[in-house]
Formats: sequence, structure tokens, C-alpha cells
Amino acid sequence: MKTIKVSVVTPDGPVYESDVEMVSTKASTGELGILPGHIPMVAPLQIGAVRLKNGSKNEFIAVSGGFLEVRPEQVTILAQSAEQSSEIDLERALKAKERAEQRLHERKQENIDFKRAELALQRAINRISVAERRI
Amino acid sequence: MASLRDIKNRITSTKKTSQITKAMEMVSAAKWNRGVMNAKAFVPYMEKIQEVTASIAMGSKDSNHPMLNSRPVKKTGYLVITSDRGLAGAYNSNVLRQLYQTIQQRHKSNDEFAIIAIGRVGRDFFQSRGMNVVLDIVGIADQPSFAEIQDIASNTVGMFSDGTFDELYIYYSHYVSAIAQEVTDKKLLPLTDIGGASTKLTSYEFEPNAEEILEVLLPQYAESLIYGALLDSKASEHAARMTAMRNATDNAKELINSLSLSYNRARQAAITQEITEIVGGAAALE
Repeated sequence: MKTIKVSVVTPDGPVYESDVEMVSTKASTGELGILPGHIPMVAPLQIGAVRLKNGSKNEFIAVSGGFLEVRPEQVTILAQSAEQSSEIDLERALKAKERAEQRLHERKQENIDFKRAELALQRAINRISVAERRI
Repeated sequence: MASLRDIKNRITSTKKTSQITKAMEMVSAAKWNRGVMNAKAFVPYMEKIQEVTASIAMGSKDSNHPMLNSRPVKKTGYLVITSDRGLAGAYNSNVLRQLYQTIQQRHKSNDEFAIIAIGRVGRDFFQSRGMNVVLDIVGIADQPSFAEIQDIASNTVGMFSDGTFDELYIYYSHYVSAIAQEVTDKKLLPLTDIGGASTKLTSYEFEPNAEEILEVLLPQYAESLIYGALLDSKASEHAARMTAMRNATDNAKELINSLSLSYNRARQAAITQEITEIVGGAAALE
């Protein structure tokens, strides 16, 4: 099967680099699957999981705040943060989720930090779901 | 002439100082190593995002995104990056001097500009001169992560968008090598020259469309420019401190050498004098 090179880059350094058969991810307009030979494309990503399919093996990467850049021979994901499922600190993510939920409850009236707490919650949930899929 | 004990005290205290500076040099050397590594790790991300931004911005030349278009300048923003602590040679003063001179030349009143200060030294410098510091951040880690800096960066970019200032310059110390750092000033916003010399531009398909992508991409691009500048100046801070501390250690050694020389001389003089006194005393008895 044909493969395509995928690299996930964050400001703190490259996170992932390998050849895979398919990249499947959630863009802001909906689910997006990329196979080798895709036309060049740019799309912003939602906070979510990137699934990298290689044979019968699936790998998951949790990304937040990023972009997908597709070229005929390469896919690049530029994210503000990204973690492979094996590298996620589940405990920390659970704590972050708790914190964000608490903040959302407290600040029902004033919505200053509402959006931030919501985003934090999304990121935490995303990390947890990616981390749990590794088993 | 100083007494034997005075000289001895000075030697001991200089030795202690040199031990401290030596330790600081080694600490800075370790931090400098990691700082340079961080700056290097950031390069692929920066190159990529620049490439993508350049090809999208070029592709939609007539875009009227506010971050791409210059508007009449009523107020200028200056982002200045310094360290929290001193003892780094001329690292801070070089940056501050250049920015201070620029401001003096360009602006007549304090209302024409706003300063965003990263680092305690820069903040104190401008606050004590009564200048308009709108945002300041101190206590940034030696190895800042992107998450740490993101708030600051997006606040700064937000200030441009909501019209707090109409252009933004960034002043920081660019890392050239372990012994050379140069003050750099860059126009950050509006983004007028993206990529400039980037060689090949790919024509992309946009999902959903170019305008919406620019909406997300440009702030992110500006934020990463700020982060890049911060990493760069952290690397030069540690390099500058390392060099300064090495010089201090060398100077201390020199001082110890010359002090030991005068100590030995004074000791010899004292012995000679004692002998003369004994001989004189013995001669008087005969």
C-alpha cells in the first residue's frame, strides 16, 4: 500500500514523524481523511485526535489549536500543542478537566474566563480520550 | 601600605567571589546549552508556519485582513524583551539603550507609544522614566514553553486588533554566538513582508476558504514570531551571562595574583624588619 510522510510539529519541537497509509482528523469543517496523492490543501483543525493508520495499526495524537497542510508527498500538522497517546499524562489531564469544570460552574454569571475554561475543558477531554484509546 | 591581615582578608573574599562567579558561569553554560537547543527545536515549526502563511497571504493578495494592512499610525507599540535579573554584562542595557533612543527620536509625547515589557529589568527601566508600560510580564522560566508565552502573545496581538496601537515593533537581543549578541528591532505588525524570499509557493486548496484560514493563521503566526524572539533572547541572555561571569572569574584570578604578590612582599618586609630589630638589639647589648 502507498504511504505518505506525516510530521507533527509544535513550537516545542517535532512530535511525530513517520510514513503512514492514512491520516484522519477533525478539521473545523468536519472529519477529514487524507490518503497519499491528495491535492495540496490547508485546513484549520479542531481540538481533537489525529488518527494515523498504518496497516492494521492505529496511532493517535492529541492536538490542539493547529493546522493541517497537505502536499502531494507530505502532510504536516502544525499545532500549538500535540502529544502522542503514549506520552499523555492522564492524571494531569483528569485534574485539568476537574479544574475546568469547576471554573465553569463557578463563573456561570460572568463570562470573562468562560471561553478559556471551555477550551481548557475541551483540551483535557481530548487528551483523556486519546490516552484511553492506547489500551 | 595595607597591613598583612587586610591583604589576607581581601584575598579570601576575592576567592569566595570567584567561586560564586565560577558557579554562576557553569549554571549559565548549562542553561545556555538548553536555550540554544530550544531555539533550534522551534526552527522547523517557524519555517513551516512561515511557508504556509506566505503562500496563503500571497495567494490572496487583495485580502483585507486587518493584520496584513497598514493603517494610519496614531500609536506605536514596542515589545521589549529583557531578563529578570542582572549580572549579564551589557545584555539588558544594549537593548534598552537602543529602544530608548529610538523612542526619543520618533516620539514627542508619551501618548504616542505604548510599551510591552517582558522581563523585570525592562519594566523597571521604563516605569521609572514614567513611560507608558501597558503590559508587563516578569518571571518567565529559563526554558519557556509555548503554553507559558501564549497568553502574553495573544494579548499583544489582541491589542493590535482592538486598536490599542497601530503598529508593533519588537526589540530583543539576537543570539549570534556565545560571545556575540546583537540588538535586533523588527516590525512585527502589520505583517507586511511575510517570507519575502521564500522560494517555491504551493497553490493550496483551502478548507473552508482563504479568508477564514487567515483569520486563524495570522494571529498564530504573530504569536510564534514573538515566541521565537523570546527563545532567541533567552539563548543570548544565558550566553551573555556566561561570558560576563567568565570575565568576572578571570578578573578575580588576576586580582588574587596581584594581591598575593603584595602579600608576600609585605610578609618579607615584616620578616626583614624583625631581623634588623633583633640584630640592632643584639648590637646594642655588646
